[in-house]
Amino acid sequence: MILLANSLTTPASGTLFWSALIFGLFFLILTKFAWKPILNAVKARDELIKSSLESAEKAREEMSKLQSDNEAILRKAREEREGILKEAREMRDKLISEAKGKAAEEAEKLVEKARAGIESEKRKALSEIHEQVATLSVEIASKLLGEKLKQTGEQEKLIDHYLKEIDFNKN
Amino acid sequence: MKTRNLIGFFFFLILSGTTISAFGRNVEEKEEGKEKFKASTYILEHIADSHEWHILTTKKDTIAIYLPVILFTKETGVNVFSSKKLAHRKIYKGFMLAEEGDLKGKIVTINAEGRIDEENLPLDFSMTKTVVGMLSAAIIGLLLFLSLARSYKKTGISHPKGIQSFLEPIILFVRDDIAIPNLGHKYEKYMPYLLSAFFFILINNLMGLIPFPPPFGANVTGNIAITFVLALCTFLITQFSGNKSYWRHIFATPGVPFWLLPVMIPVEIIGMFSKPFALMIRLFANITAGHIIVLSLICLIFIFDSLALAPVSVFFVIFMDCLELLVAFLQAYIFTLLSALFISLAVQEHH
Repeated sequence: MILLANSLTTPASGTLFWSALIFGLFFLILTKFAWKPILNAVKARDELIKSSLESAEKAREEMSKLQSDNEAILRKAREEREGILKEAREMRDKLISEAKGKAAEEAEKLVEKARAGIESEKRKALSEIHEQVATLSVEIASKLLGEKLKQTGEQEKLIDHYLKEIDFNKN
Repeated sequence: MKTRNLIGFFFFLILSGTTISAFGRNVEEKEEGKEKFKASTYILEHIADSHEWHILTTKKDTIAIYLPVILFTKETGVNVFSSKKLAHRKIYKGFMLAEEGDLKGKIVTINAEGRIDEENLPLDFSMTKTVVGMLSAAIIGLLLFLSLARSYKKTGISHPKGIQSFLEPIILFVRDDIAIPNLGHKYEKYMPYLLSAFFFILINNLMGLIPFPPPFGANVTGNIAITFVLALCTFLITQFSGNKSYWRHIFATPGVPFWLLPVMIPVEIIGMFSKPFALMIRLFANITAGHIIVLSLICLIFIFDSLALAPVSVFFVIFMDCLELLVAFLQAYIFTLLSALFISLAVQEHH
């Protein structure tokens, strides 16, 4: 038994030869026709997966960047719109108030003009009245003077008569 | 569920096959009345290499596959014949199988006096049981991986299909958990060797676990010649890829005082050889031990000479086979891992 065990632990030359040959061929054939194509295919796949993941990540980043850009643009547009609206409102208010002011001024002017016209008309009328009163007075006075000489009683009657004739209201 | 039942049934058949063959031998020996059943002889005959592949011993004769014998001697040159011609202690062309002594199980030359000529032993290059087992494993491996490579050509870079999905994780395991952690960016150069060693050992281990139909059940990775060749490959690759720093580490270990070098150099040189030596012994011992345990458990039935013990024995054998399945993977992994480690020690840039 010990001797057999000894043969177990002593490598036999024939087995050494065959195992070297078989393992050598196994190694060489597989290296050329199996390991290299397999490892290359696996590596190519790994690289493809890696690069696809990377590009996907990049695309995602770009997407999010675009999105934030869009948001910024939108926000800006909103702000601009707000500004424009505000400006327009202000402009409108200003225009209205300006128009109002102008209208009031115009009205004032018109009124003033009218008043001035009235005043001047009035003055004219008054001066006319004055003139007429003066002429009438002169006439009355001349007539009075002429009548006095003829008849005192008659004269008074005449003055009254003429005074009655001159109706102020007619004027 | 169905597959599991089938596998279980297969296991049962295999185990009963093994037991029947042992039983047959037992009966024969008892009838001859010469000796009791000797478990150690039985086990060692199964573990050791042989020129025939024994299948079954019945009362009448022995059923075995007789393997080719290839002998080389100085006088007669190359002799090739079937080992059947040497069966049952026959002498053929002056050769016979030694029955006892130092040379038991080996082919010896018989001299004119009818005695073993120990001076002129033939060089035995026979296709023994181990060689045939190993050759079958290599052929299975070649077929498997060549078809795998072909399927990679077909599928290109799309996801793995069929056999790929089963083998690719193992290849990737060798790459990502054995080669890259040890060898770093230099791993690609050593991948073919590591993969070849891993799968060669794994297929042989697994085939050794399946006891029955002949190319299976040989104790290949439990044969020291094969583990020697594998360890030698690791040794040679390590030495030939050793860089300056590796050799300096051996012959002028940095940080060691000058006067210690006469001690350190022999230690380092022993270290060069002891590493692959450990690889050789580890694989050999683990696989042989597994086979011995399984066979011992079966032998229990014949040692106690009782069929009642058979269920217990079979249960333990199944348990051991599950364990051996783990060991088959583990030993292939350890051998490859340590090979990668030893190579990495020789190629690393600095300490």
